[in-house]
Amino acid sequence: MEITTQEFKHCDLIKVKGRVDSATAPDFSKALENANNDGRFKIVVDMSELEYMSSAGFRALLATQRNCKRYNRGELVLVSVPARIHEALELAGFTELFKTFDDPIEAVGSF
Amino acid sequence: MAHSTFPARFEFLDEIRELVAEVAREGGFSEKDIYSLQLAADEAASNIIEHAYAGVSNASLDVTCDVDDDELIITMRDNGKPFDPSKVKQPNLKADLSERQIGGLGLYLMRKLMDDVHYESNSRTGNLLTMIKRRG
Repeated sequence: MEITTQEFKHCDLIKVKGRVDSATAPDFSKALENANNDGRFKIVVDMSELEYMSSAGFRALLATQRNCKRYNRGELVLVSVPARIHEALELAGFTELFKTFDDPIEAVGSF
Repeated sequence: MAHSTFPARFEFLDEIRELVAEVAREGGFSEKDIYSLQLAADEAASNIIEHAYAGVSNASLDVTCDVDDDELIITMRDNGKPFDPSKVKQPNLKADLSERQIGGLGLYLMRKLMDDVHYESNSRTGNLLTMIKRRG
């Protein structure tokens, strides 16, 4: 798993590549927490190069979404979710908790 | 049939998923099914490492994967704490964000992704999980 964070004026774009499972999810969580700890609560998670995500990754997304939406200070949105990962998120009932976009520019522009 | 013993650590989830994928691919399962099988195996192994072996070092996990006619069968054997799936609360997938619980999601996904999920605990031989998926 590899994570890159790009700061835009109105939001952070966090790109997660590779595989997120119980072994790598703590680092994914940390990247999301770091953004929140810097006072950044508008987050786009780019999944275009994500190959795999287990419920350990879903847990990190859920915790961050809760933190971001508190006091209406922001939101975490997903962009370019691969079909298989989208299906798993749907099975877990997570798709209604996150706005999804097809294009990073559109996602960043939504804030 | 593939059979391997893994250290019960999260770093080995990659190899467990790979073992399942290889058997499934050879057995002619679709890429969509292979993803589901890998996710179910990962969730099962993660639960064993996190809960059955909570805090135990040097533990191991025995994994087999086999295709029999139109079925793929995954078994996982561990010597950790016994597990009673009926005690796991079904996650409420309709709950809103603030009330959403993540506990129980792994087991829920395993049941959704596989056709059959079966647990057996024996004080002598340990815990045995059997998961079956029929070719779609």
